[in-house]
Amino acid sequence: MDLVDILLSASFWTATIRIASPLIFATMGELICERAGVLNLGIEGIMVAGAFAGWMAVYSGTGLWTGVAIAMLVGMAFGFLHSLLTVPFGLSQHVVGLGLTLLATSLTYFSYRLALPQVTSPPKIQAFEVLPIPVLSDIPIIGPALFAQTPLTYLAFALVLVVSITLYRTPLGLALRAAGENPAAVAAQGLSVTAIRMGAVIVGSGLMAVGGAFLTMSAFDSFFFEMVNGRGWICIALVVFGAWKPGKALMGAVLFAAFDAAQIRIQQTPIGANISYQVFLMMPYLLSILALVAMSRRAEVPAALMVPFNKGER
Amino acid sequence: MRLEPISNPSLTRTIVPPLIALGSTVVIASLLAMIAGANPFSVLGLILKGAFGSKFAALETLNRATPLIFTGLSVAVAFRAKLWNIGAEAQLYAGAVVTVVLGTGALTLPPVALIPIIALMAMIAGAIVLLIPAILKTRFGVDEVVTTLLFNFIFLLFVSMLLEGPLKDPMGMGWPKSARLIPEARLPRIFPGLRLHWGFALAIIAAIVVWIIQKRTTLGYEMQAVGLNTEAARFAGIPVRTVLIKTALLSGGLAALAGFSEVAGLKGSLTLDLSPGFGYTGIIVAMLALLNPLAVIAAAFFVAGIFVGADSMSRAAGVPTYLADIMLATALLLMVLAILLTRFRIVRE
Repeated sequence: MDLVDILLSASFWTATIRIASPLIFATMGELICERAGVLNLGIEGIMVAGAFAGWMAVYSGTGLWTGVAIAMLVGMAFGFLHSLLTVPFGLSQHVVGLGLTLLATSLTYFSYRLALPQVTSPPKIQAFEVLPIPVLSDIPIIGPALFAQTPLTYLAFALVLVVSITLYRTPLGLALRAAGENPAAVAAQGLSVTAIRMGAVIVGSGLMAVGGAFLTMSAFDSFFFEMVNGRGWICIALVVFGAWKPGKALMGAVLFAAFDAAQIRIQQTPIGANISYQVFLMMPYLLSILALVAMSRRAEVPAALMVPFNKGER
Repeated sequence: MRLEPISNPSLTRTIVPPLIALGSTVVIASLLAMIAGANPFSVLGLILKGAFGSKFAALETLNRATPLIFTGLSVAVAFRAKLWNIGAEAQLYAGAVVTVVLGTGALTLPPVALIPIIALMAMIAGAIVLLIPAILKTRFGVDEVVTTLLFNFIFLLFVSMLLEGPLKDPMGMGWPKSARLIPEARLPRIFPGLRLHWGFALAIIAAIVVWIIQKRTTLGYEMQAVGLNTEAARFAGIPVRTVLIKTALLSGGLAALAGFSEVAGLKGSLTLDLSPGFGYTGIIVAMLALLNPLAVIAAAFFVAGIFVGADSMSRAAGVPTYLADIMLATALLLMVLAILLTRFRIVRE
């Protein structure tokens, strides 16, 4: 009974799409990196940095969209560092990624303490407001969910389309996918595998940072420590779940967000109140693992993922 | 640009890049301290003084190094076989939970029997925690990086549940904290009067044992072979899955000893802040040690020194304490690059 009520409520679907939005940005970012052959474990830290950079920019007086752009630039800077170490130097993508997550996170916390030395509760900003689309947002249940969100959510969905078209319908996308499947063939075409991969990691990292910024600028209006809370790692699982395809990854993100939105509501039902809240908090992580197990047999991993390419090496 | 291997690297070639990496780390930290309003030239001195400047400081560094040796060994063992165990944090807490379950009065035995039993059970618990992702990897091909990472979050929530439920100290004034270990379950101090417990000695012994396993046993050889080239190892008749499972058991067990040693040697009870990321820092330790178990000891001293020293420096100079993490991340990234440059030269095209 309760579950049916939840599934039929407009607020549930609105929350689902809101929870999915940051995941969509970051998942698309990771997908681009991995499609070009680079696993980016810096995602968690880049999201933290993006969340802070965008929020801090707005707090210091810039406009909201300028804040998003600044978050993206910060993400791209970390992406450049990641790609420099993993692509031309071919260093371990695991180690560089985890190191970058630590670097981005600690630099962010350091900057936060420097910028706001004496605050006990972080200040709020005027975050993105809901922008309902006339007519469409009046459709029952899915209307408010899909058409009464903040502009950043619309951007997230548009992004999936752009990534999809770019990957499958443009020469650039072909070159990027080839860099992740058969880099030697790309090099034989006279293209630079290094440039393609570095570009993919830089752009992808920028998107991860926007995903982080969504948290501080759209979902909430403030920056907290630990606010990214493993979302980056979940996005890596979502890329696998989506079999490295933008559309499927989007479905995965929405499905995941639906479970997350449902667990928050089940917690408040009489049955849910008898279960430890930690069990509910565990659900997103457990679900991600289950999704990975379910998809593992069908996964089509890019053949050259995590394989450095050194021209002239045979 | 392209990388070209150097067949006979000179002594300068082997020493200079790592030194530059370390030097740059100090320079970067000093610059950040300057931005935070401190005197940049005092940073290195304050760190060294904070880490090794007094008997108290040096003991603090050794105590901090102890769990890092365990988690560093755990990661080194796993990474050598290309088993990407990023879940040492969860395995550490598994060991800590078992230590508290068995050490708070459930078992009453003399210390000679009780302590080894608890240590062994802790290792088993840690091994089981890593066994799940390892089986998911070998049976279903699920990438263990993501599963072990996600397990860290799951397990910490599980511990939080235990500490608010069955393991909660009735005398704890409502804090999510376990009861204290009985005296028989506590690791004694190595020297009377010195704040250094037997967990430290156990860590050194563990490093030597792991070194012997890697250098002198078939398993060690097989783990290395699987890590170097899984396909070739399989072709050579090495049971790759079994080797990976054994590696996981060893790696998980070692990480769990960190939790055991922190609870039984240092804290005496379990709280949610038992580990400030020792599991993750173990990755840095292992990488700085080039996955060599004996070098893990030195790397753990280095990392613990940065933590304790930078902590003390931050307080003395009024700099945010996150500077220690920045230094470690910088040292890690620059060091892996420097080590590459000792073996390869960059050729311009």
